[in-house]
Amino acid sequence: MNYLLLATLAMPQWLQKLKSDFILNFVDDDRYMYIVKGLIVTAEVTFFATLLGIVLGALVAIIRSTHDKLAPTMRMGAPKVALKIVNAISQVYLTVIRGTPVVVQLMIAYFIIFVTSNNKVLIAVLAFGFNSGAYVAEIIRSGIMSIDNGQFEAGRSLGFNYAQTMIYIIIPQAFKNVLPALANEFIVLLKETSISGYVGLQDLARGGDVIRSRTYSAFMPLLAVAAIYLIIVMFFSKLVTMLERRLRNSER
Amino acid sequence: MKKILTKVLALTVIASMAFAFAGCSKKKLVEKGKLIMATNAYFPPYEYYDGTTIVGIDAEIAQAIADDLGLELEIVDVEFDSIIAGVQAGKYDIGMAGMTVTDERKQSVNFTASYATGIQSVIVTEDSPITSVEDLIDGDYVVGVQQGTTGDIYMTDEVGDDRIDRYSKGNDAVLALTQGKVDAVVIDNQPAIAYVAANEGLKILDTPYAIEDYAICVRLDNDELLSDIDASLAKLQADGTIDAIISKYIPADS
Repeated sequence: MNYLLLATLAMPQWLQKLKSDFILNFVDDDRYMYIVKGLIVTAEVTFFATLLGIVLGALVAIIRSTHDKLAPTMRMGAPKVALKIVNAISQVYLTVIRGTPVVVQLMIAYFIIFVTSNNKVLIAVLAFGFNSGAYVAEIIRSGIMSIDNGQFEAGRSLGFNYAQTMIYIIIPQAFKNVLPALANEFIVLLKETSISGYVGLQDLARGGDVIRSRTYSAFMPLLAVAAIYLIIVMFFSKLVTMLERRLRNSER
Repeated sequence: MKKILTKVLALTVIASMAFAFAGCSKKKLVEKGKLIMATNAYFPPYEYYDGTTIVGIDAEIAQAIADDLGLELEIVDVEFDSIIAGVQAGKYDIGMAGMTVTDERKQSVNFTASYATGIQSVIVTEDSPITSVEDLIDGDYVVGVQQGTTGDIYMTDEVGDDRIDRYSKGNDAVLALTQGKVDAVVIDNQPAIAYVAANEGLKILDTPYAIEDYAICVRLDNDELLSDIDASLAKLQADGTIDAIISKYIPADS
């Protein structure tokens, strides 16, 4: 009986605290705008960095797998030398990007490479895009390499040249295989952009930080930021699952 | 002198009262026998790295307080805007980072008596068209600040969020200024002097932006530690220790 009384008395107070915390962190001074603006920045950076990463990654993957497939059988000459050079450049790119933390890469981009520019979103897109490209390259390459060589030979014996075999036979199959890994890379990239605050770019995570530095309460801003990331990730995971199901339709 | 005496007296009374109320309970510390201080060690001359140790006015005053209270001092270097949250969460005993007392911060932590005065200064490049604080506010300039500092809070109120660039560290803001990414940096005067000395082509505007008091923050419910530190501060102020530490780092003519 006593406990019941206590509970009814305690509930409103507990709720009251939550409510006043909420108002302090999001309503006062329009603080929710830090989250909204941050979310827009995060979305912008993630979207364009993903595009750049895929383009760059596909390019590097094609160079690497073409080199691995064709170079041993090629005759010595200009095409082989050119292929060897671009392959070497790709190797260096992969080694450097995958061998250093993305925070450091971002700071190098901001404070050393693009010294005169203050377009933070652009710098972040380039830094994250180049970073992601390296991982995407290896994902796509593993997809291409996973397709049985018989598929390749079948394509060639049907009269397709190398590029046609790639485009019509290998890549469509490879894409289906790497889709889960690519989706994973996208999720990683989305969350990685939360370090943008290091160069003063106000993304979603930094937006929460700014609120925290104003209200000195950790609970609401951090949980709000975490919830938003989680919702976005869940949304895209769902989307990818649907796409995977669609692609499976072609399987017998 | 009389003022100090009354302060000491008042503090002793408060301290003894707190002691009486607390009864037999021990002083609340994160770790027994240790005074854990959170700071952001990019704020010369209040706290900065000399080799691998954190030195500066705050570090030395904290050491003097710890000695006086018979505790071992441990300094932890965290982001400035995590200091109050950490003290609140009971991760650190005190926060000491050239921290200005503001009403909003008082909602979250208690502050001891002030041990130093700070001035908010404006750093610009030598060829900058900005000659006064009014220029900075009225023009369409981008201001670099250290996130969560009073410089950040005041300037955000003055010029709005869009013209503020928040960096994690004061020196990153100054670096951005030297690279032309921001037009000015608003930061406490003493670190400003240190930054300008270390970077060519920068100057501090003659007109200070705001004058404020620095104090140590303690968790809201830790009244006993607060009064202990206040008593200790009063003692160190009375015997000239604090003045000696400050003048060691800040020559009188600067």
